[in-house]
Amino acid sequence: MERILEQIPRFFTTDNMALLLQSAGLTLAMTLTGCLIGFGLAFVLVYLRQMPGLWALPLRVVCITYVEVFRRIPFIVVIYLVLFFIQTVASDASLFTIAVISICIYAIAYTADIIRGGLESVPVTQTEAARAMNFGRLRTLVTVTLPQAWPVILPPAIAFAVSFIKDTALVSQIGVFELTFRGKELNNQGYSGILVFGTIAMCYFLMSFPLSMLGQYLEKRLATPRGERSARKIRRA
Amino acid sequence: MPHLAVNDLRAKYGALEVLKGVSFSMEKGQVVALVGPSGSGKSTVLRTLVGLTPVSGGSVTIHGDEIRYSNAASVRRARDQMAIVFQQYNLFQNMRIIDNVTVAPTKIKKRPKAEARADAERLLAMVGLADKLNAFPDQLSGGQQQRVAIARALALHPEILLLDEVTSALDPELVNEVLDTIRRLATEGMTMILVSHEMAFVREVADKVIFMDSGAVVEEGLPEQLFDAPKTDRAREFFGKILRH
Repeated sequence: MERILEQIPRFFTTDNMALLLQSAGLTLAMTLTGCLIGFGLAFVLVYLRQMPGLWALPLRVVCITYVEVFRRIPFIVVIYLVLFFIQTVASDASLFTIAVISICIYAIAYTADIIRGGLESVPVTQTEAARAMNFGRLRTLVTVTLPQAWPVILPPAIAFAVSFIKDTALVSQIGVFELTFRGKELNNQGYSGILVFGTIAMCYFLMSFPLSMLGQYLEKRLATPRGERSARKIRRA
Repeated sequence: MPHLAVNDLRAKYGALEVLKGVSFSMEKGQVVALVGPSGSGKSTVLRTLVGLTPVSGGSVTIHGDEIRYSNAASVRRARDQMAIVFQQYNLFQNMRIIDNVTVAPTKIKKRPKAEARADAERLLAMVGLADKLNAFPDQLSGGQQQRVAIARALALHPEILLLDEVTSALDPELVNEVLDTIRRLATEGMTMILVSHEMAFVREVADKVIFMDSGAVVEEGLPEQLFDAPKTDRAREFFGKILRH
């Protein structure tokens, strides 16, 4: 305990804090970039997965297999797979790129199911009304189904991204200078593990808590977009 | 040449044959009512016409033009000429009333926005909802929503309006406001096929009544003929039961 107290002034220097801040930024940047791109691509995947007709069957099989496979592989394995795969095709790719691609691949698999569930929560009669008026599939999705599915999709999608902020700690394994990696480094420099990782735990909390709050706020706002809607929904349920 | 001719129309849900060869025809400006017990395939006829339920046989012609339901372009043409109003209204919950009515005319039929909006306002005024343009569907009563649905279908300027049990989901006191709207369309010469259980209303507005049972047409004729002197036993039994009270 005394050792920790004695280290505090030496540990909380501007240099160390700048390092931590930089790593925290990197963690956040990786997560947000990976999750956002992944979320966007997940929409494409869900759209392709719902293509009707026999000719689209191979496409559907690929999409379903992708989701089922990557949801069953530990994230750390995905990271190593991407690392070794990328290194064979483009050896100069940065570790940051590799990390973002890994997050992306994982986020697609998880959010695709969230999106699919959200779209399926919209009654099929809405789609039928659109089809009967000659709406195409994409237009039905964009103008009718998706706007109604947001309240179902967004909360779990944000929760996924928020929880992923901490899961990105795993990319420290391949040497990305993110928060956990920095922690190990400082620990190796002789700082107390309790002090270092306590601070780092605090950093993770400070990053994900505001995002959770944002998620909760959006959830509330989406659930009550207009006057009587929410009250009626509750009454109907 | 009849306006719409349906010949030996067949449809299946999996192995279950729900339409076993339905034939009828109608002229422009006519109101045809499909009546019969639940599960007789009345609604399925309307759904197949607009390509929501796959057709497994038979033919449908509008103005002598055959609709090929296996061909996407042909189905689009059919939907261009027929608009359907559903039992559960199916208004787009995410759009205001005015947008529900203008979305297809502007986005699908590519009509100018101002023109589509003026048309929608006229139609909504006609169904008595001029003051609800900016409301959302779930802020309206069932009867109001159904009138919006009718306005939405009319905004497509269909050749034929299909009405699928449009009053069945409504509270009894809201039924008349919807029937009034349909009555008015009938007097204006709108060509309509309506599936309905409102026999008094059918008798009043229909030019022809088609009685269906288990996926086939049992008997058709003028309303008086069918209601008062049905020729078939099945029709006699059905109308005997429902018209007694």
